[in-house]
Amino acid sequence: METKNIMIVGVGGQGSLLASKLLGRLLLTRGFDIKVSEVHGMSQRGGSVVTYVRFGDKVYSPVIDKGQADYIVSFELLEAARWTEFLKPNGKIIVNTQKINPMPVIIGAAEYPENLAQKMIDAGIDVDAFDALTLAEQAGSAKAVNIVLMGHLSRNFDFSEEEWLEAIEKSVPAKFLELNKTAFMLGRNA
Amino acid sequence: MKQLMLGNEAVARGLYEAGCSFVSSYPGTPSTEITEAIAKYPEVYAEWAPNEKVAMEAAFGASLAGRRSFCGMKHVGLNVAADPLFTISYTGVNAGMVIGVADDAGMHSSQNEQDSRHYAESAKIPMLEPSDSAEALELTKLAYELSEKFDTPFLVKMCTRVSHSQSIVELGERKEVVGEYKKDIAKYVMMPGNAKKRHPVVEARTRALVEYAETAPINRVEAGSDNSMGIITSSTSYQYVKEVVGDTYPVMKLGMIWPLPEQKIKDFAASVQKLVIVEELDSFIESHCKNLGLECVGKEMFSCIDELSQNKVAAKLAAAPISGVKLEENIPPRPPVMCAGCPHRGLFYTLKKNKLTVLGDIGCYTLGAVAPLAAVDSVICMGASVSGIHGFCKSQQGAADNKTVAVIGDSTFMHSGITGLVNMAYNESNATVIIVDNSITGMTGHQQNPTTGFNLKGDPCAKIDLETLCRAVGIKRVQVVDPYNLAQCDAVIKEELAANEPSVIISRRPCALLKYVKHKAPLAVESEKCVGCKACMKIGCPAISIVDGKAKVDATQCVGCGVCEQLCKFGALKEV
Repeated sequence: METKNIMIVGVGGQGSLLASKLLGRLLLTRGFDIKVSEVHGMSQRGGSVVTYVRFGDKVYSPVIDKGQADYIVSFELLEAARWTEFLKPNGKIIVNTQKINPMPVIIGAAEYPENLAQKMIDAGIDVDAFDALTLAEQAGSAKAVNIVLMGHLSRNFDFSEEEWLEAIEKSVPAKFLELNKTAFMLGRNA
Repeated sequence: MKQLMLGNEAVARGLYEAGCSFVSSYPGTPSTEITEAIAKYPEVYAEWAPNEKVAMEAAFGASLAGRRSFCGMKHVGLNVAADPLFTISYTGVNAGMVIGVADDAGMHSSQNEQDSRHYAESAKIPMLEPSDSAEALELTKLAYELSEKFDTPFLVKMCTRVSHSQSIVELGERKEVVGEYKKDIAKYVMMPGNAKKRHPVVEARTRALVEYAETAPINRVEAGSDNSMGIITSSTSYQYVKEVVGDTYPVMKLGMIWPLPEQKIKDFAASVQKLVIVEELDSFIESHCKNLGLECVGKEMFSCIDELSQNKVAAKLAAAPISGVKLEENIPPRPPVMCAGCPHRGLFYTLKKNKLTVLGDIGCYTLGAVAPLAAVDSVICMGASVSGIHGFCKSQQGAADNKTVAVIGDSTFMHSGITGLVNMAYNESNATVIIVDNSITGMTGHQQNPTTGFNLKGDPCAKIDLETLCRAVGIKRVQVVDPYNLAQCDAVIKEELAANEPSVIISRRPCALLKYVKHKAPLAVESEKCVGCKACMKIGCPAISIVDGKAKVDATQCVGCGVCEQLCKFGALKEV
């Protein structure tokens, strides 16, 4: 199988590490070669963060380069727009419509662009934009945005619902399991 | 059993399986998780040392005593530990000793982009270089065998993309290794008479290692169908090369980066029409090839600046994929910022308000240099703020004393700020040092240090008292402030700058992200009182923004620190 590439992008502290952990667990049980790459340290302090998940028969590079991503899963609208060049010609962006102002916008040195989702669609990009934050809150916690997004991503793969839920069980503490399962299903059905 | 593991966790697993029983490290991105992971194995003693030099010397002591040992650090940490490094090369080891060093090409979280491979050559210590997690585990184990066989410490060189990528590893069993201490003055006491005899031993060892490298399976040639070009590579560059060229061209993959297998490289060069070296950062393999009289290309194709990637390799050796659509839109950058409630914020606001020159240091508080605070004037390396302010103030003959401060974190102060403070006391500076004590090593992700009262394993332990320590080295003026209290900060800073002797201010408040820190309720804006003056925006808090001309607090981010409340002259910011 040709290597599949998923980028998870967002703002430091939004929980992208759990999303990649979940994907890693799922793909390992399926017997794929996998590489999951993330950057720790300074970028976690509210900066732009990116995690690369690659799987297939044999994966060499740990990172995804421009023009290679099959999916970009974005926790935030501006971050989706930042990484569009990384998408394959037939790739897809799955984006939470939440907006988080970066510091240059907060201090008035820059503006948060308007209508980004529509602008991406107008540029010919396959964009699946939805409000993951509201669904996460509906599941019981705004922090579950990561699992809502994974639920929505899951629609694009032929892994069974059971396989996904089993990977969630292995990735989250027992006391948050029900919440995360609910969040996953809300995302999957959105 | 197969597992998905970070490169750093795989090094730790390698340490465990190799029977390593002593680990001493100082945290530094991207090396930190090696030591955090090994601390979870009860069979291994593991600790955070105050700095990398101490860590390396402690690991050497354990090796001398007959126990397999390890110390881990980032590339710039190896500079700090360079002193013991060059001499333990001469003494060699008793039990195996491995030094883990992680480079940060691309400077994701570092102040420079230096290439640690040069240390291997100049200290004459062999270096292994894994290219994924499975190799990180295997090469770490191999390093112990070779360390004992060739009587030398071994370097294992990681980089951000190997350290922080998870890939599949196969786990093995631990093998306990326990040696004995043997007194050997001629080998371990490096005074001139003995060291002169050891240097030839080191040179002979390197020749023996070259012999080993010639046939070692870790330096392998992968056949290709087209010998118009042959590629020599290692580490993550190997992964990029294979991704791009597959089995088209022959590839020599080096697992040992120093010393290099000279004959093997010559034979490989002879088997291909054109020799290409793909390596990140400096021309290391390439220079060696050229020294061997081989014609090759490397840095003409692949820059010594920044990381490589598959597209950068493809652009030169094949064809890079077509990039996706770039939006015709001004996408504002999202730089890292101090968190909401960060105790450093109130302090830097006060420094900026007083228009002080600030010599900064390495840690989260380096972010005090970012707009809108922009309060930091220089950042070089661990401890340089304290040593630097001494030179800055002394050279100005008093003119800078009342308007210059050094800012250094608790962990960084223990790492190498204390020696600078000794110099200030001894050589009678009149400068002011501010220790921003947030009770943790913050930037690297919350590691304990000698001032926190907890050790690496999380158990309570001895706690260094910063006030007593500063007084003991001869600083008579030591005051503690709460950085959430702007008026107190301002008054104490003015008072200490005016004093006619060196002083230390400890700005103390635990990191807002620490689990035990209880947060207050978020503040809210009474919009009829808010006049939109933006005074609250001067502190650069990510929880505050201006919406429709009025301040707005993001309740999901605000931790109720109250610093913004003190800036509002109209009483518009209030606890809910």
